[in-house]
Amino acid sequence: MFKQLIALTSMGIQTLPQRAGSSSVIVIGIAGVVAVLVSVLAMATGFRHTMADSGRPDRVIVLRGGSDAELNSNLTRSDVDTIANAPGLAKDAEGKAVLSAEVITVVNLPKIDTGSDSNVTLRGVGLQVEKVRPELKIVSGRMFRPAVRELIAGVGAAKQFRGLTPGSVLHLRNADWTVTGLFATNGDVHESELLADADTVGSAIERSGYSSVVGLLTSASEFGTFKDALTTDPQLKVDVEREPEYYAAQSKQLTQLITVVGNTVAIIMAIGAMFGALNSMYAAVDARTLEIATLRAIGFGALPVLLSVMLEALALSLLGGLLGAALAWWFFNGHTVSTLGGAFAQIVFQVTVTTSLMVTGLVWACAIGVLGGLFPAVRSARLPVAEALRAT
Amino acid sequence: MKYLPLLWANLWRKKTRTIFTLLSVVVAFLLYGALATIDDAFENPQTGLTGVDKLITTNKFSLTLLLPFSDVQQIAAVPGVAVVTWITWFGAYYQESKNFVFALPIDTPTYFDLHKDEFVVSDAEMAAFRNTRSGVLVNSALMKKFGWHVGQKLPLHSTIWTQKADGSLDWTFDIVGTFAVKDPTQAGQQASTVLFHYELFDEGRSFGKGQVGWFEERVVDPSQSVQIAQKIDALFANSPNETKTQPAKDFAMSFVKQFGDVGFVLRAILGAVFFTLLFLTGNTMMQSVRERTPELAVLKTLGFSDAKVVGLVIGESLLLCLLAAVVGLAASYALIPVIRTVLQGIVTSPWLLPHGLGLAVLLALLVGTPPALRAMRLNVVDALMDKR
Repeated sequence: MFKQLIALTSMGIQTLPQRAGSSSVIVIGIAGVVAVLVSVLAMATGFRHTMADSGRPDRVIVLRGGSDAELNSNLTRSDVDTIANAPGLAKDAEGKAVLSAEVITVVNLPKIDTGSDSNVTLRGVGLQVEKVRPELKIVSGRMFRPAVRELIAGVGAAKQFRGLTPGSVLHLRNADWTVTGLFATNGDVHESELLADADTVGSAIERSGYSSVVGLLTSASEFGTFKDALTTDPQLKVDVEREPEYYAAQSKQLTQLITVVGNTVAIIMAIGAMFGALNSMYAAVDARTLEIATLRAIGFGALPVLLSVMLEALALSLLGGLLGAALAWWFFNGHTVSTLGGAFAQIVFQVTVTTSLMVTGLVWACAIGVLGGLFPAVRSARLPVAEALRAT
Repeated sequence: MKYLPLLWANLWRKKTRTIFTLLSVVVAFLLYGALATIDDAFENPQTGLTGVDKLITTNKFSLTLLLPFSDVQQIAAVPGVAVVTWITWFGAYYQESKNFVFALPIDTPTYFDLHKDEFVVSDAEMAAFRNTRSGVLVNSALMKKFGWHVGQKLPLHSTIWTQKADGSLDWTFDIVGTFAVKDPTQAGQQASTVLFHYELFDEGRSFGKGQVGWFEERVVDPSQSVQIAQKIDALFANSPNETKTQPAKDFAMSFVKQFGDVGFVLRAILGAVFFTLLFLTGNTMMQSVRERTPELAVLKTLGFSDAKVVGLVIGESLLLCLLAAVVGLAASYALIPVIRTVLQGIVTSPWLLPHGLGLAVLLALLVGTPPALRAMRLNVVDALMDKR
């Protein structure tokens, strides 16, 4: 049976060029589906990576209770002092808790490509920020100095928004701020932001409190101790979260929306492509009626005939799937884009076509191929041999 | 028209093939209808502010920073400003953070003056609202969604504003009435709106007193909008709180643009869909004409002119595409209420049908032309000899 199958399949594939027109319908139709599916999911993946890479399990973020996001939150100076004294926080050489009390605001900056105003996060950070976020590296220029109007810009932000080169001056709320450098944080969400000294930002926006406190724990397992100490303190009403959990929650809605929309569109397209595949495979079986009937007459079984038609459909769909995945990768992988994230501000991320996304695309391609090839294959196997031979 | 039965018969010559082709074209137009509608929503965003005579004034430095309430007097004095009202983002939800409620503290007289004739509120309920300090007017659609009733207490959680009394983020209101939105295109935008009194808000909050989120103005003469906006911004130039005033539509547009080039993504998808469709339908038409070579030759022998033969093939292609387009677009109309549950405020554009049908005609011409030309060039003698 295997010999028959191999003979039949190779015969089918050898005659493919004669049916180039209708076979290309399968390849192109499926390439379209896979390209759209992979590209849209690659956006969701890129966005999720940027958000999920933000934070470490041994770092915590403290917000005012019930605030949901940093931008809504408000903590007083005495709240910050209480938090600094909580157990579980790492201490520096001088015995001070390693934390950064931060002030978040959103500033208007024009986008480089469209010139339209975009909300960019300006994050005022504490003096210990480099200890709290060891991943922060200055890639050009120098760090901002506290107490003067200086800021550093994330490399993602610098790619998307105007005026963020070291040495340039930004006019923000009646004051000039100097961009002293660019920083990178392993591609996480902070690369979409501007960083400056917390108290300088606070005075610029006439705000005495803080938005959040980010602290480094001695180890990830100290989270419970730290959280309990703060949440049981009657003087304090705060929410304590591990950083990765906070950022995952912030990105959930948008990731879900993109994934649902992408999958829905791809499913509808796949249905269309399946009809196309059905048409082409029926045409292929029709064109080979005489050939198949002859083969059956000289002793080839029904099953090998059926399988060979299925294999042909699969081979064409795989080709289409590969083409689609390659197109998506070629056009979009590594593309830097930005969108409005959960907290009213722009998040810059890279469209990431991962291997697993490409595999997903190929699985879809095979599924369409199997569905599109099945009925034509059954018809080919059921062909009444005598009639088919007589008909021509 | 008299050839319609012939076209129809030709179309159904191979039933399975025609059905599958029809279905794929239907699917393509279903996607077209849905995606074009979403695209339209991003190109023409709704503001909750109807009409060209509305302006919005926000903090120039940052959307999230407040503006002093005292600006109101100065703005009201600008010639050409009919009415100005002030609103603040309350960031509320009901019970769970997924139940977002667009609760707005409003100044009742100026708010309803600005939105004259846009809301339907019964006189009795409006009077009750005016007379109840903790009263709220709720969109009737929202009432239904959460099963609220007039007369009950309404607890809302603000993610921003703590109360002076106890530092709590939980505010309690009394539902005194409902409102409906007159303009159906704005109904989606206002679907989760709850209106309450600015006085209660300002006295109740523990910080930010005397500061508001943004101003909305109605101008007497819409053609003067730009000049009036400039005059308003000039009032506060070089103050700590510089303003940015723009037509409500521009404001909504700039906000929507921040989501990125959604339109490009949607058009790229549609491009891929129609590119593949071109091959699929084109292949069907080509096959169909090839199979009928002898018939076409007979028609020509009978005296059908080249033009008529071309017409017959193109006509068949048109019939196929238009039939499928109508079904697909109709299905997308049925789908739009479903999309609306995810993306609020989506409305069907009146252009959808004409644009969609135009696209179908274009598609029909593109896929019909090569086989039509083939049919035209057909040499009768050769074609009759060929048994296929």
